[in-house]
Amino acid sequence: MIANYGYKDGSGEYYISIDTDKCIDCAAERACLTACPKQMFEIIEDDYDDQVAWIKKPNCRTLSYDCADCKPSSGYTTLPCITACTPGAIKHSW
Amino acid sequence: MNAEVNAPTAPEKKEFWRWQESVWVDETKDWKTAKIVTCGIDVGSVSSQAVLVIDGELYGFNSMRTGNNSPDSATNALAGIMDKCGMKQEDIHFVVGTGYGRVNVPFADKAITEIACHARGANYMGGNGVRTILDMGGQDCKAIHCDEKGKVTNFLMNDKCAAGTGRGMEVISDLMQIPIAELGPRSFDVDVEPEAVSSVCVVFAKSEALGLLKAGYTKNKVIAAYCQAMAERVVSLLERIGVEEGFFITGGIAKNPGVVKRIEKLLGIKAMETKVDSQIAGALGAALFGYTLASKKAAAAAA
Ligand code: SF4
Ligand code: SF4
Repeated sequence: MIANYGYKDGSGEYYISIDTDKCIDCAAERACLTACPKQMFEIIEDDYDDQVAWIKKPNCRTLSYDCADCKPSSGYTTLPCITACTPGAIKHSW
Repeated sequence: MNAEVNAPTAPEKKEFWRWQESVWVDETKDWKTAKIVTCGIDVGSVSSQAVLVIDGELYGFNSMRTGNNSPDSATNALAGIMDKCGMKQEDIHFVVGTGYGRVNVPFADKAITEIACHARGANYMGGNGVRTILDMGGQDCKAIHCDEKGKVTNFLMNDKCAAGTGRGMEVISDLMQIPIAELGPRSFDVDVEPEAVSSVCVVFAKSEALGLLKAGYTKNKVIAAYCQAMAERVVSLLERIGVEEGFFITGGIAKNPGVVKRIEKLLGIKAMETKVDSQIAGALGAALFGYTLASKKAAAAAA
């Protein structure tokens, strides 16, 4: 399942998508949990009884601010969450 | 399917936003002969529904406005449908809670997200060809893809503001002093289709709507501009995950042709039709999940 967390507002679209099929047998030992300096990721049991990552509820409404330190306005080449998630489950829309 | 409509309680001040609550039971079925009776309770921010399913088939529902307290809303929604069919809580084998207040359904055996429940409910209502679901709820909006079994494959939810939601439509209804059920049809009664209001944010839309009235717009034209803005907003959400054939709309706004027809026009695709009340999709999906879980429990007990 592709789960999109975030929002769209007047300033743009801010979504983090997680391909939760890759989380079920995570080959990165849940590295997203420790890689994110804001500790936005959490492992939950989804509606189909699989253990998958999601973005904590309060962060879903503040993503553009929460990720600002990792995304300096001068640009960036890597993000801690994406680098840590070697199965490639995480994508950012902005 | 004709639901019995409860007359709105006589308010002192006319409440134009007040949509009709309803309760319905399939009189051709008898729950007393059913092997498994399950219930889904959807406690949303604006409305609450209780749906009864017997042996995997829709049996009845009660749809009402959510009160100040989620547990009471869940209890009242269930009491309304049980009274209608002479059932007691102990006659129900499994209860699933869903919606934003799902963790506050005191008698639920399990809580399941509204995303999974809407997909399951839409699959029942629209058949196994449903692939893209748009749920326009009271205070959030969801775009969901599902497979032929109603299992979610992709979803996106926007609950950051009430724009593009039922609550936003209620605000416009009150502002225009036009009953909410009339907004959709009236939005087509315009000489020229207006541009969408520039903001669907409830706060800004209100002042923008007042400005348009002052500038000489008729009420119908303002409503049309707001319906168009809502349609554009939800379409932009849908486009993020893509729209596949088998498009189905759930939630209260599915009853507003002013928004639905404009969404269809923007997408170039028609929404699938159903005879079941679009507002019960989440609770229906919850009750169907309950049926699957109760059946598994019964099979495990028999083994
Ligand atoms: S997001 Fe990546 S690292 Fe985190 S559980 Fe899923 S697959 Fe593993
Ligand atoms: S960009 Fe930084 S703050 Fe944002 S999710 Fe990734 S690691 Fe966390």
